[in-house]
Amino acid sequence: MLRILKRIYHSGLLTENEPDYLQDPEVQALGSELKTVVDAHFNGSLAIRAVDAGSCNACELEIHAINGPHYDIERFGVHFVASPRHADVLLVTGPVSRHMETAVRRTWRAMAAPRFVIACGDCACNGGEFGSSYASCGAVENVIPVDLQIAGCPPSPVQLMRGILALMQKAKKI
Amino acid sequence: MNRFDWLSEYLARLEDEHVVVPSGNTQSLAPAHLLIIDPEDWAKVAVVAKQMGLRWAAIWGDEQDHDIVLTVVLVYQGDYIALRTAMTGDHPVIASHTPVYAAADRMERHLADMLGVQFDGHPDPRRWTRHRAWEADEYPLRAHFPAAGQGNGLTPADSDYPFPPIQGSGVYEIPVGPVHAGIIEPGHFRFQAAGEPILRLEERLGYVHKGIEKRAIGRDAEGLARLAARISGDSTVAHSWAACQALERACHVKIPAKASLIRGLLCERERVANHLGDIGAICNDVGFAFAQMQCQALREQWLRHSLTLTGHRLMMDVVLPGGVRVDIDQAGRELLRAEHVWLREQIGPLFDILNDHPSLEDRLLSSGYLSPASAAELGVSGYVGKASGQAVDLRKDSPYAPYSRLSFSVALSEAGDVAARMAIRQQEIYSSLELMNEMLDILENTAESEPTQVKLAPILGAEGLGLIDGWRGEIISHVRLDDKGRIAHFFARDPSWFSWPALERIVLGNIVPDFPVCNKSVNASYSGQDL
Ligand code: SF4
Repeated sequence: MLRILKRIYHSGLLTENEPDYLQDPEVQALGSELKTVVDAHFNGSLAIRAVDAGSCNACELEIHAINGPHYDIERFGVHFVASPRHADVLLVTGPVSRHMETAVRRTWRAMAAPRFVIACGDCACNGGEFGSSYASCGAVENVIPVDLQIAGCPPSPVQLMRGILALMQKAKKI
Repeated sequence: MNRFDWLSEYLARLEDEHVVVPSGNTQSLAPAHLLIIDPEDWAKVAVVAKQMGLRWAAIWGDEQDHDIVLTVVLVYQGDYIALRTAMTGDHPVIASHTPVYAAADRMERHLADMLGVQFDGHPDPRRWTRHRAWEADEYPLRAHFPAAGQGNGLTPADSDYPFPPIQGSGVYEIPVGPVHAGIIEPGHFRFQAAGEPILRLEERLGYVHKGIEKRAIGRDAEGLARLAARISGDSTVAHSWAACQALERACHVKIPAKASLIRGLLCERERVANHLGDIGAICNDVGFAFAQMQCQALREQWLRHSLTLTGHRLMMDVVLPGGVRVDIDQAGRELLRAEHVWLREQIGPLFDILNDHPSLEDRLLSSGYLSPASAAELGVSGYVGKASGQAVDLRKDSPYAPYSRLSFSVALSEAGDVAARMAIRQQEIYSSLELMNEMLDILENTAESEPTQVKLAPILGAEGLGLIDGWRGEIISHVRLDDKGRIAHFFARDPSWFSWPALERIVLGNIVPDFPVCNKSVNASYSGQDL
């Protein structure tokens, strides 16, 4: 136990309060408004349900990273939930494989309004390297309505956070 | 013993069974030996191979001038042989290898769905990769099947897949997925349980099938590398390497020593990054979040260095046909050396804690046991195999550049439980650090001016085999070029084809709530096997 406490003490706080991307004036503005928006429009918490609709799994790795100690997106009131019924946002990765088409629709239908959909990664935005085929429906918007696209293959944690912040701004106007 | 010394005995034993091998060669699928087999002898070649202890590693097939050509890969002591047979006709029928080799089960079903080959004597005739995106009498890998599909509207859920029912008092079923609660890939698990212990688990995969084999056809070398980099995102370096190696062998191109050293470095970086993530995640699945946070922090630093070195956190699209996109200069080498020292300092005390923590021991020791016999039967490689006594490591058994010049020991255990799979990962991190330092030493003495990439001139109609040890284990890739030098056939066999069936055995008798930790300790790829 003492070793664990010692290790935690020496690791210190890794979460980056002043990461480089906050130097970006645009994101800086978003960042400072984020908590306010989450508080005002999502009652202090924004719940995201991530669904892999056919990705290569690299997008998932980076989504994991934003929950890790360096990014810790939860400090902005954003957290990932296990059920679409608890979610405000559906974060979809991958081209939608035909075998996942119905599952993606059903997941989206299970969400309560207002609901938002983010297409995460190039595949989700435009089909990416896999495109549309006998096995793939291509972009997420071919299957369910999409509110925001985050490009990248995979989007980096910073791009993901920017995207989620941008969606909040958009949602605020609705 | 010399390479392929055993092959003469195999051929002699085949002859005893009245199987003649009409032809074969050592070039077209080098380093594997190619043997042409009569379709009638297809069952016998497997029976004899099994008697001699060969490991069954892959099957693929494609249509060539109305013939269906099947190729099976078998391995003995790190030597690969490819058995090939051709069948004519619209409804090819051939003996199944599954009654002899359990490992062949799902890959044969995949081929039945994709190419319309009927495997006689297969114990499980149900579909595997096909859900409801195409009909039972359509085969996507046939030449006349359009890649764009037949325009069959919305794809319904695959709700009538015949899971075998189970009966008995107090016995119940838990269907899970395809959409899972966590941030992971989709697939369906059907648990049958009595009380808490799992009586039976059946996996139903294929949800992320996105037509990779079909999409590969007609691409050029660069296009194939981009696709291969996305077979399984966590193995992007290993899969691109395997595909590029197959292409380079098909084109008789030898890449510069520097390029293979850099590939080796990147592949070991990928291994370390994934093992770090997995060790944290295994501990997290038994409620020990401390390890998860520590490992994630180390992994994040590691990925940031990958970004600095290669311009991509996961090193995607860095391995290219003919070499690599990046050079690692003096500054890069210094960064790496310092980073290796740093990681070693970090993981030493961390792993000490993990390996000496009673509540972790309580949950990980003896959970999720895979016997060495099961592992051998299922042909499992990588950390799952190594934790159950299977010393399969291509870097050692069938070394390719740069590993042919390096020495290291393969981590091995017979314990077969979750704790063993975690321990193997820890040991592999240490051995990767050593390997990477050795590679840096050699790189130090390589001329700065040496190129990192050479041009690839396609040899029309040629084929090649890629054999790479990725972080999950053995990857086998096959590439055949058409008469214009474009891809005519591509198949990549991810190690997950074998670790998924292993998971079905691993969970038996474990309690349902321990499924996540058992699953994490295996961490098979959905995307890599669904293709
Ligand atoms: S966008 Fe790139 S990383 Fe994400 S699923 Fe597609 S191929 Fe993989």
